Amino acid sequence: MVATMTQQTTATPEHIEYVLRLADNALILGQRLSEWCGHAPVIEEDLALANISLDLVGQARLLLTHAGNLEGKGRDEDQMAFLRVERDYRNVTMMEVPNEDFGRTTLRNFFSSAFQVLLWEKLVKSSDSELAAIAAKSLKEARYHLNHSSEWVIRLGDGTEVSHAKTQAALDYLWPYTAELFAANPTDEAIAASGVGPAWSSLEAAWEGVVLPVLGEATLVVPARTPFKSYGKFGRHSEHMGHLLATMQYMQRTYPGAQW
Amino acid sequence: MLTEEQAWKLLDEVPDPEVPVVSVVELGIIRELHCRPDGITVVVTPTYSGCPATEVIGLSIRETLQAAGAGKVDMETRLDPAWTSDWIGDAAREKLRAYGIVPPDGRAAVGAAQPIRFVRKTLTCPRCGSTNTERLSEFGSTACKATYRCKSCLEPFEYFKPI
Ligand SMILES: [Zn+2]
Repeated sequence: MVATMTQQTTATPEHIEYVLRLADNALILGQRLSEWCGHAPVIEEDLALANISLDLVGQARLLLTHAGNLEGKGRDEDQMAFLRVERDYRNVTMMEVPNEDFGRTTLRNFFSSAFQVLLWEKLVKSSDSELAAIAAKSLKEARYHLNHSSEWVIRLGDGTEVSHAKTQAALDYLWPYTAELFAANPTDEAIAASGVGPAWSSLEAAWEGVVLPVLGEATLVVPARTPFKSYGKFGRHSEHMGHLLATMQYMQRTYPGAQW
Repeated sequence: MLTEEQAWKLLDEVPDPEVPVVSVVELGIIRELHCRPDGITVVVTPTYSGCPATEVIGLSIRETLQAAGAGKVDMETRLDPAWTSDWIGDAAREKLRAYGIVPPDGRAAVGAAQPIRFVRKTLTCPRCGSTNTERLSEFGSTACKATYRCKSCLEPFEYFKPI
């Protein structure tokens, strides 16, 4: 479908950066989830993960198109998705780490969707009307992702010895990465002052309010916070990002400008 | 050129590719039609962000209108307000049920961030009418549907989720 969303704007660099963080979180997690297609433990979950992936890639398309318009250099969604270099991606590191197993995948979906529901709820009132419209749409989808993942976290954590051990290991692995979501930074400060959206740090208490009771019900033990920091949203990614991009960008790099 | 009334009627014959028993008009994704002497503008609100049917739907709309002599067809995507299953009318809901897909139960949820855990709606099997049913997955063949099974007639069925 031909989208006719052209905007003449004078967006600040912080505004573009903020939209790119949202876009790349959705894009990279969508890409990771697509790896499950044909490999999930049961067919129902195979379909679920593929559908969640599609929702996220769909959200990423809208957000990347919007970021391209804000930037005003004529880059469309495909150029944004496939032709940037690693340092230009703004997703948090948590989204790019490998799926590992169903436990880690589920827990990451849970952390991510709990965050997105809270964020989209705020962005519905964004002074950026296009972003507000994308938020209203994405919020509905994120709520289903949150229900799905929270049920599975409980089922796996409070499940068999093996499922509990794997999910606890996933929690120990992922928890340090969640700190990045809430790390204060100048972009967020500028955006919060502009009315475009909240500083992500302002969502931390509400996020813990959603996440901790579910982890408790799942009989999982939350590790203590450590000084570990990741910096994906500033463009400094883990060793996993290059491999992910090599797969994701393969077609456009091999056949530049290919359309389908 | 077509009149708006003719165009609405034509599009009411264009099926949703995933759920061919209802039309794109009945699904509520066609928001406005504007006829001009040389063509027509179609305002569309897509369902799910990742709905793989979106592009096929756009193509079908264009082909149908052009075949009827509408002239130049301009498609406009409108995100606000976001699509909701509340826009599916009563007649279309019954068509879904007859087709074996339970239509959305109640209005689309507007809730807080707290996840609803293990709360199940009791759905009635669209084949045998039994309420002895269980959910297999929050998702189905498409993101808009959940997968259920009837424990009386043992047949699986889908549920069009309220969104
Ligand atoms: Zn039945």
